[in-house]
Parts: sequence; C-alpha cells; structure tokens
Amino acid sequence: MEYYNSEDLKKFGNIEEYEPELAKKFFDYYGAVFAEGALTEREKSLIALAVSHAVQCPYCIDAYSHDALEKGCNEKQMMEAIHVAAAIKGGAVLVHGVQMMNHVKKVSM
Amino acid sequence: MLIKSLKFRNSILSDSSEQINILKKFDESSFDSYIKKSGYEKFLSRKIEIFQINMGKMCNQTCKHCHVDAGPDRKEIMTRETMQLCLKALADSEIQTIDLTGGAPEMNPDFKWFVEEIKKLNRHIIVRCNLTIILANPKFHYLPKFFSENNIEIVSSLPYYQKSNTDRQRGDGVFEDSVKALKLLNDSGYGKENSGLILNLVYNPTGAFLPANQSSLENDFKKELLSKYGIVFNNLFTITNMPISRFLEYLLDSGNFEYYMEKLISAFNPSSIPNVMCRNTISIGWDGYIYDCDFNQMLDIKVNHSSPDHLIDFSIEKLDTREIMTGNHCFGCTAGAGSSCGGAVV
Repeated sequence: MEYYNSEDLKKFGNIEEYEPELAKKFFDYYGAVFAEGALTEREKSLIALAVSHAVQCPYCIDAYSHDALEKGCNEKQMMEAIHVAAAIKGGAVLVHGVQMMNHVKKVSM
Repeated sequence: MLIKSLKFRNSILSDSSEQINILKKFDESSFDSYIKKSGYEKFLSRKIEIFQINMGKMCNQTCKHCHVDAGPDRKEIMTRETMQLCLKALADSEIQTIDLTGGAPEMNPDFKWFVEEIKKLNRHIIVRCNLTIILANPKFHYLPKFFSENNIEIVSSLPYYQKSNTDRQRGDGVFEDSVKALKLLNDSGYGKENSGLILNLVYNPTGAFLPANQSSLENDFKKELLSKYGIVFNNLFTITNMPISRFLEYLLDSGNFEYYMEKLISAFNPSSIPNVMCRNTISIGWDGYIYDCDFNQMLDIKVNHSSPDHLIDFSIEKLDTREIMTGNHCFGCTAGAGSSCGGAVV
C-alpha cells in the first residue's frame, strides 16, 4: 500500500470538512505568508523548498519543486537551497557532538 | 540529438484532428464553458491590430516544444502569389502591425522582397527570428543590417539565460549560437538605449509548468545576459507552452498531459480574457488560409461563423467582428498571467 499518494495533495483543501473555521484561518494565513513582502515570492519559494526537504514532506517537495520552477528558479538554485537545509540538518546533528563531548568529559577521568 | 518533425516521422499527432480528439478528453470542463461562466455569451474579436503571417514551416531548428512542428524537413512555405494576397489585404485595411513568423521566416526565398513590399505600405514589421538562422549560412549574414535598415522589431526565443535549459528545448549548441547572434544584433544597435531598434526576447518554460512572473524574470535575464555576455535587450515576453503538436507529444510521452491540462484549467484567469491575442490578431497560414491565432492554424481550425477563411475572400469588416473559434488548447492563453505572442496579458 502506498501511504503517500501524490494525488492526495489536491485534497488538501478537504481538511475544512472536519474543522472549517481553523482551516480557513490556516489557508488565509498560508496565502499571506507566501505573498510578496520584504522577501520576494521566489525567495519564499526556495525557503519552502528547503524546509520541505528538512521536514521530509513528499507533498511539499512536489509542490515547491514545481512552484520554484514557476517562480523562474533554475535547477542549480533549487539544489543549493536543499543543501542549505542539509547543512542545517547535518550541522544540527554534529553540533550535538559537543553535548556528547561534554558528557564524556564529565564522566571520564 | 537532432529530432525530426512529427510529419516526417508519420506520428499520429501529425494529424491535427487526432490532437483535437486528445484535447477533448477535457470537454467536461471545456474552455467554452469557462468562457461562458466568465460572462461571455459569445467570444468575439475586436478590431484587428496585428496581421500575423506564418511564412512557412521550414526551419533550421527542431525545437522540442514547437507548436508549428517546424524543422529542416518541412517544405511548406508561402509563395510570392500568396504574399501578394497578403499585401492586397493590408493595402485594403488599416492594420498597422505585421508579425512575420514561421518556421524561420527568413528561410523563405521571398522574405527580403516581402519585407520591402510591406515597408512600402508604411507598416510596422515584427520578425520572429530564432537567432541561430543569422549564423546558419553565410547567405543569412545580411540579416542584422537588413533588419536595422528597415527598423524591424525583432522577437527572439531564448527559453533561459543558461545553456543547459536552452539547449534541452531548442537543440545542442543553440544557446551559444543565440548568444553570438544577439551580440551581432546589439552591434547593429538592437536593444541599445535610444537606438529605436527593438529587440525582445521570449521565455518558454522548459517543461510542464507555467512561466514565472514576467517582470521578475526579465530582471534576471537582463542581469545575467549583461554580466556574462554583455548582451542588452528591451523586453522579455513570457509565453506559456500550448498543449499541441510537439509539446503535446512531450506531455504524452512524459506522462504529464493530464497534469499539465489540470494545471492550465485550474489556473484559468478570467481577467486574461479581454487581452488574449485572438481578439486583436488575425493569423495567416503559408497557403493563405485565415485563422484566429497561430495555434488554431496548427490545429487547422480556420476562422468560421461565416467569416471568410482565405485571403482571396479577405474582408476586414467581417473579420473585425468575428466570433472566435476555440478549443481546450485555449486554456494555454488564459492560465495565470495569460499568454500571447506579446507575453503575459494580465
């Protein structure tokens, strides 16, 4: 069984069926977040693409891979954005190496 | 890798009625129903401002997305006799802009003669030049000077400011040759401030997605082409790929047809309708038949609803107020910011 079906992305709006008020608030907020502001729509799309990979959401990855192309990004820019996510995720693991070292040093002679 | 036209390969898609049948799959949410829902009982033209002439399907390139199915193996080109019918129609009308397209219109042996004859009528001429034709053969090296002497507006496709994306769509080596040709056009004054010589570029998405925001992309193109190659130009037009001909073949082969059509339909933008090009343009085929646009021409959907469909019967009065022929491919012109031969329409 396929748990994630790319066709399900089209049903995202259906979440309002069980809780319309909060769904409306969320989608209004979502739209406002991605509108051109201090950051361009393209910059926001690349951030979304990177975060999609960091949170490993298949729907978001499909949506923002496409969106980034439609914002005029090229493949290199998109891959660089993913490397930013990878660097932060990798860095987040590695920086905890300090915690490990702290503990090891505390309990070691 | 060089590709051949659909016609040369005897592809089933070389039959335009087959393409129309494939597009009918979306008849449940047909373009006509969307037009009606947007408040248009009839989809009518306005006064014709642009007379677009397809001078033939012959081209030195075989782009993967070509809606004309043009290429070196296509031999259909406009005769001088048909050009004379165009000149007569123009002389009898007040249409000010003549848009020459193809294929590569410059490959028509009567191209130079035709341009000079149109100039005698004192009309503005646009040539849709694929750039590489200027370098394709020494016999075309005269073009930049000829264009500038006749104050022709140039519109040229360059799908991206990088080699890989451009060559994927238009063929190996096209980006480098396009850059060389753009430099020659700049040397002739094209795109330069105060020269009065207009050089516009066209962006097409290199796949099954919609174009980016036109002004944002224009800024990128200007910055990248100037900094990397010293190239200047006037405006960037973003044009949506139509789900017909070789782009339709790509969509079907890559499994993107339904996805792309759903994308176009869900992005339908009623505010694009007043400015779609069929409302102020008429399209003439290489054989003198008349169409509402270049895309209808490639699907062999001639003007109808009692409008004269050949130059022999040309009547500006009837064509100015004609009802436009539509199909589901028209969603390509109304998606997002809309699309026309002059770029976004919203």
